[in-house]
Amino acid sequence: MTTVASDPVTTAEAVPPPEKPAAGPSRHRFRAAAGFAFGAALLFAVAPLLLSDFRLSLLAKYLCVAMVAVGIGLAWGRGGMLTLGQGVFFGLGGYAMAMHLKLADAGPGNMPDFMLLYGQLDELPLWWRPFASAWFALPATVLLPMAVAFVLGSLVFRRRVRGAYFAILSQALAAAMVILLIGQQGTTGGTNGLTDIQGFFGYDLDDPVNQRMVYFIIAGTLLALLALARHLMQSRYGELLVAVRDSEERVRFLGYDPATVKLVAYVVAAGMAGLAGALFVPAVGIISPALIGIVPSIEFVIGVAVGGRATLLGPVLGAVAVAWARTALSERFPGTWTYLQGLLFVVVVAFLPGGLASLIGLARRRGDGERRTGLLRRLRRSRVEVS
Amino acid sequence: MTVLIGQLFTGVSIGAVLLLIALGLALTFGQMGVINMAHGEFIMAGAYTTYVLQQVITAAGWSLLVALPVAFVVAGAMGVLLEFLLIRRLYARPLDTLLVTWGVSLILQQLARDIFGSPNVQTRAPDLLTGNVALPGGITVANNRLFILALAGCAVAALTVALRVTPLGRRIRAVVQNRDLAAVSGIATARIDRTTFFIGSGLAGIAGVALTLLGPIGPTMGTNLIIDAFLVVVVGGIGQLKGTVIVAFALGVLQASGEYLTTLSVAKVMVFIAIVAFLQWRPQGLFTLRTRSLA
Repeated sequence: MTTVASDPVTTAEAVPPPEKPAAGPSRHRFRAAAGFAFGAALLFAVAPLLLSDFRLSLLAKYLCVAMVAVGIGLAWGRGGMLTLGQGVFFGLGGYAMAMHLKLADAGPGNMPDFMLLYGQLDELPLWWRPFASAWFALPATVLLPMAVAFVLGSLVFRRRVRGAYFAILSQALAAAMVILLIGQQGTTGGTNGLTDIQGFFGYDLDDPVNQRMVYFIIAGTLLALLALARHLMQSRYGELLVAVRDSEERVRFLGYDPATVKLVAYVVAAGMAGLAGALFVPAVGIISPALIGIVPSIEFVIGVAVGGRATLLGPVLGAVAVAWARTALSERFPGTWTYLQGLLFVVVVAFLPGGLASLIGLARRRGDGERRTGLLRRLRRSRVEVS
Repeated sequence: MTVLIGQLFTGVSIGAVLLLIALGLALTFGQMGVINMAHGEFIMAGAYTTYVLQQVITAAGWSLLVALPVAFVVAGAMGVLLEFLLIRRLYARPLDTLLVTWGVSLILQQLARDIFGSPNVQTRAPDLLTGNVALPGGITVANNRLFILALAGCAVAALTVALRVTPLGRRIRAVVQNRDLAAVSGIATARIDRTTFFIGSGLAGIAGVALTLLGPIGPTMGTNLIIDAFLVVVVGGIGQLKGTVIVAFALGVLQASGEYLTTLSVAKVMVFIAIVAFLQWRPQGLFTLRTRSLA
């Protein structure tokens, strides 16, 4: 077989080292279950016990960012689609939820406060009306982003628009959405967004007990999304997705449709971002264009890159770590944080593209008694795996 | 009719700004597949150069003229530095260049904030460029917009001549079309890359000078423009200037007429939809080089 000549991008080095026989599938499953249980215990028992109400609500916010990161890990890390517009889906979910909560706050028949203020509207705009019903609004937080992703994705992937082109288009989508939201101030709240959300399905969000409940919902959702992502990654579909990332053409020659494979990952990632946005609203009490534009959309990607884009947990831990560092540093040294954020981007992406997760992998391989080579050299080799 | 022509001119002048920004991007993107998000900050560097020069040279108009070459060199030097330090390590990973250069752009923005302060600054336009020209038929055209149009025209002409006629241009085109073949033919591709980056980034500097005529100068001025410019490059197709030129003006006119018919925000969304629709028809952009690659 000489037809499968070496592809310049995926050289032989890109093939991961063969699995050791000891780590069979059952052992993998056991380890994953143990890790899952550990994470659940940490999120549900340790964090609420140790953290103050304020810290816990901050953590809830970070966990929402982590949900977006799980989706980006799937689409970008596994599927190779760098999506710079996850803020759009986060925002769609967030706005859908916020619209419902705003209407619920205002009470039946009344209009949200800001509309009277800027919009001078006599009645609720038509497209707001369905959101009064929770039966519409709740599914919409997930389905709306998925629908937008489906339309854009099927248009773009079928015509084989990819790589940088796709990244730029997804970014342009974020820019367009923000401008649209700001422009339609009367019905969207403009730059301010939808603020001052007080109730969450009958629970008062000012009450710390209810904030705690929101935190538990968020933590539970994150775990569920992780389980879903793991299931997808381990499945036959997950292998196909990686195959498309590494060589789309070969997958096509094998009789699969790469466009569909990519579309699924993109739509799932959009749904996750939408859910994250929806839960972000009760946790923080606000959704605004500043939270979903180009800059936040790229910041979602930073966490994923730092943690390790191609792994399951890397994006989550990276997202939480970066979000935490941001809060911790930007309050005291606003200028320094921007420098640090830029440096983080440069250093991690240029010199450690596998993210921090790849360091663990390297350390482990070293422990396995692999041929001792310099750390830098192995880093360089590991870089090929995630290109 | 007058309104229509006025809108058309607005569109053309938006297009001219887009063109100035997109030219440099098209060059670096086409040559190396590098997506330089810091291009917007090179624009900012050009604008601040103009501002600094105006503090030194107060004679009306001269500072602007001096600023053009100086901004070209300043932004170009920044581009070469970026290429040398980071981008040349990332040629195999174009998507990662996007992220890395975004990091660089964050750093440059903060640097600008620390040096010049976060509030926007303003330059004085020379008297010659502040007025309007009245054309027959009751149409008035702003002088500064005409100047930018002329500047864009000169940039395109100079670049076309440089790429078509000079030996350097031939080498650049060879590298764009087939890097490996160019390399085995004895072209020092690394040096060509660096030169291309210098020219491309320098053009961003010139765009920055032009932008000082239209509005304030601030640390985030680049970010807002860069996405539109990227769209121009994507839609125009890679490797040829004519795609960039046509699309820049087309998008400018589309934007202006959309704004006239609806609102700014709706126009932006319309432009986006038009671009996605266009890519259904020509996914590789308006003009593409024919290659044998399967991708």
